[in-house]
Amino acid sequence: MGKKPNLAANCAGIKSPNPFWLASAPPANSGEQVMRAFEYGWGGAVWKTLGQDPPVINQTSRYGAIDIGGQKIAGFNNIELITDRPLEDNLREITEVKKRFPKHAVVISLMVPCERKSWHDIVKRCLDTGADGFELNFGCPHGMSERGMGAAVGQVPEYIKMVTEFVKEKSTIPVLVKLTPNITDVRYAARAAKAGGADGVALINTINSIMGVDLDTMKPKFAVGGKISHGGYCGPAVKPIALNMVSQISTDPETKGLPISGIGGISTWADAVEFMLLGSSSVQLCTAVMHYGFRIVEELNAGLEDWMEKQGFETLDDFIGKTAPDIVDWKKLNLHHKTVAKIDHDKCIGCDLCFVACNDTAHQCITIDRKKNGNRKPVVIEEDCVGCNLCSLVCPVDGCITMTEVKTGHKPLTWEEYTKNGFSGYKEVYKRMHG
Amino acid sequence: MDSTTKKIFQENFAEIKPALRPEEAVIEAHRCLYCYDAPCIKACPTHIDIPRFIKQIASNNLTGSAKTILEANALGHSCARACPVEVLCEGACVYHDWQEKPIDIARLQRRATDHLNETGTQPFRAAPDNGLRVAVIGGGPAGVSCASYLRRLGYAVTIFEKHDSVPGGLNTFGIAEYKMTQKVSLDEFKRLFKLGIDVRMGVEIGKDVSVEKLLKDFAAVFVGIGLGETHKLEIPGEGLRGVWDALSFIRYVKERDLGPLGKSETTVVIGAGNTSIDAVTQSKRTGAKRVIMAYRRSEADMGAYGFEYELAQTDGAEFLWNAAPVRVIGKTKVEGIEFARTKVVGGKLSVLKGQNFTIECDRVIKAIGQTKHFALAKGFGLALASDGRIKVEAETLRTTHPKVFAGGDAINGGKEVVNAAADGKRAAWAIHNALQPGVPAPEGNDYWISTIDGRKVAPIMPKLPSERAAHG
Repeated sequence: MGKKPNLAANCAGIKSPNPFWLASAPPANSGEQVMRAFEYGWGGAVWKTLGQDPPVINQTSRYGAIDIGGQKIAGFNNIELITDRPLEDNLREITEVKKRFPKHAVVISLMVPCERKSWHDIVKRCLDTGADGFELNFGCPHGMSERGMGAAVGQVPEYIKMVTEFVKEKSTIPVLVKLTPNITDVRYAARAAKAGGADGVALINTINSIMGVDLDTMKPKFAVGGKISHGGYCGPAVKPIALNMVSQISTDPETKGLPISGIGGISTWADAVEFMLLGSSSVQLCTAVMHYGFRIVEELNAGLEDWMEKQGFETLDDFIGKTAPDIVDWKKLNLHHKTVAKIDHDKCIGCDLCFVACNDTAHQCITIDRKKNGNRKPVVIEEDCVGCNLCSLVCPVDGCITMTEVKTGHKPLTWEEYTKNGFSGYKEVYKRMHG
Repeated sequence: MDSTTKKIFQENFAEIKPALRPEEAVIEAHRCLYCYDAPCIKACPTHIDIPRFIKQIASNNLTGSAKTILEANALGHSCARACPVEVLCEGACVYHDWQEKPIDIARLQRRATDHLNETGTQPFRAAPDNGLRVAVIGGGPAGVSCASYLRRLGYAVTIFEKHDSVPGGLNTFGIAEYKMTQKVSLDEFKRLFKLGIDVRMGVEIGKDVSVEKLLKDFAAVFVGIGLGETHKLEIPGEGLRGVWDALSFIRYVKERDLGPLGKSETTVVIGAGNTSIDAVTQSKRTGAKRVIMAYRRSEADMGAYGFEYELAQTDGAEFLWNAAPVRVIGKTKVEGIEFARTKVVGGKLSVLKGQNFTIECDRVIKAIGQTKHFALAKGFGLALASDGRIKVEAETLRTTHPKVFAGGDAINGGKEVVNAAADGKRAAWAIHNALQPGVPAPEGNDYWISTIDGRKVAPIMPKLPSERAAHG
């Protein structure tokens, strides 16, 4: 066995004993909470966003969730605003936490109107706390955006650049820019942050969302007196969206190498590792913490350590970004790659979900010979199988349907090459329905 | 009910399959894989679309779920408790192949139909009267199932039930109390009667109303008369006080009228079918100190389902195999029973000489099957099978009399409520086709009709010219 893995993280110069930070949200609302989280083993915390006094006023119905297939909080949403506590109280607590936990990362999230003076003032006051970095909240999609802050800034690259510059003019500590996913292409936002001098980016913030309608009252779910505004959506269901955006920034030639703090639906150490493999040097969690409490960090740390040990990694840098180069444009994928489904009849329980999925909705290449004594075992017609994966996705039994690579013997060919060759060179690897 | 009886029922007759809590039901519903062409549907004699009603529970459409159930099985509320699901739907669940617990179909079905029952919803409507009258003999599961579907098809239906006040037959009087209370059965029957069924209680055909009159007054007759009395042992002492037939015994228990049953130190139950088990467990639960189930053949030959046998074992019953009763002993009341030892050789039962033995007991319950109603069948001139069952055509359940159809125990010799419900449904559609050949069913009947033989799983579509033969 190799050396014990070192979980120490460094995201844009903000150092923490491990990569797990509390995201800027209710779990990081007060000094008492943040210190308790650090005692449990969290590496850092991004304080609940500070703003100008007088503090905001919040609604009393703030959170909503959807449960899917018995899974509670598969998706989560909130209409809570930034901190509703006086600035002075927060700054005093941050100073105290930093004193007591000097090795932990305390990052201050900020949101004030888009004027140079407002930003200069708050940055100056925050620097006295000894905090390790700033995170500029250009992502909050509800409430604050109506007031020209949060996502209203993050949706306009010019504003991102301008405000980042305001902060960089005064800040002596690293500055992360938190990006909103409520845009068409996150790369423009990331490029603007970089152009403004950001030391890194944090993403994703929450997604615009309505959590549903009560079918008895026909009022919105989680309503405030019968009405609701859109809120920010997060939790396990948003993870793939976040992974895509992280990978877009880590592979964009203009932002490649820009430190990323990954956020979005992380619940387990494995989720965190995925964000890191795609380029995140720290990760932030909120929904999973709000579901189960600070204690989940124990398994986050232990699971990461076990995985690193198994892989032979000693530091996070050994694997951060390792998978990013494998995220490419569609046109660079090999058209001559072929897989077919193989069904293990010993494991098959005869639910026939693969059969109906393939026949009704995919490519009609699974059959069942019912005549064989009420047989329910499906059979793949391998020469027709397009390798779409659907059967293996619907199969409830682990390892029953395996997508198996078939060597075609053909030299790899991408769409880019195929079109460059005047639409030639492609050898059929599956039967196309419409010749 | 006196306080002792009350206590007995509170302590010993808790439901063996209690209701699922709403959250439990949703979690369990989500476990269902929604199998394609699901084996559970095929295993159900009424072909309820089980995956569908379960998904309806998962999506909180409880009324819709109950409708899915009751379309295919008019007695779905009762069957959720009375069905031996272990050998039917749940026994067919693909989870078994996974070495996992099958879906709790019975209790999910109960969740849906309980909801419908509590809300007092009438899920179906009778079609406008078509002017044709059908008589149903027997107000048990087969008859009432048939009557309800006939009402939905627009027939005027009259049920003739022998019992003077309580309908439901064995569904009301024969299901062990810890499986289903009488109320469940009666609620179900009341709901079905509300479809506009004319129910004549205390009327026996052949006695109070002649067969001839019935055939004259009605366009068709459905016979759902079940079986007759419990078979006799045909041994000395059978008339002694303390000798019971299982059905009467169970009936008293179900009516919570324990006085006439007396107290028992030792009860001997003769027979090893599912009714024997019911007699054993209910004797034990009503206070008999010792209960012995005696069977003339071996354990391996026992007719009871494995899970029923287990229930008797759990209740602390004793089992006596290869013992044939030869004499009930006693002056005026039962004091013991004498058995002969038996042996089965090559499937043939023989009595071993000189090995008789006696068991002291104060109660003997006979559970060795029921007789058939020869008299009524004879009255209609119906042909019978060699064992006395009424002969019917498999597709239509039509007897050898063109106007008479039959179903339930009278044709199968004694099966489950669900088999009777399925028969009633099949016969209703056959009666319609016989009385109005070629006339389509009124609106709102297509679904249940499609469940008679099990729904077709997928329509077959022609290939369009541009499509290659996918499997060619």
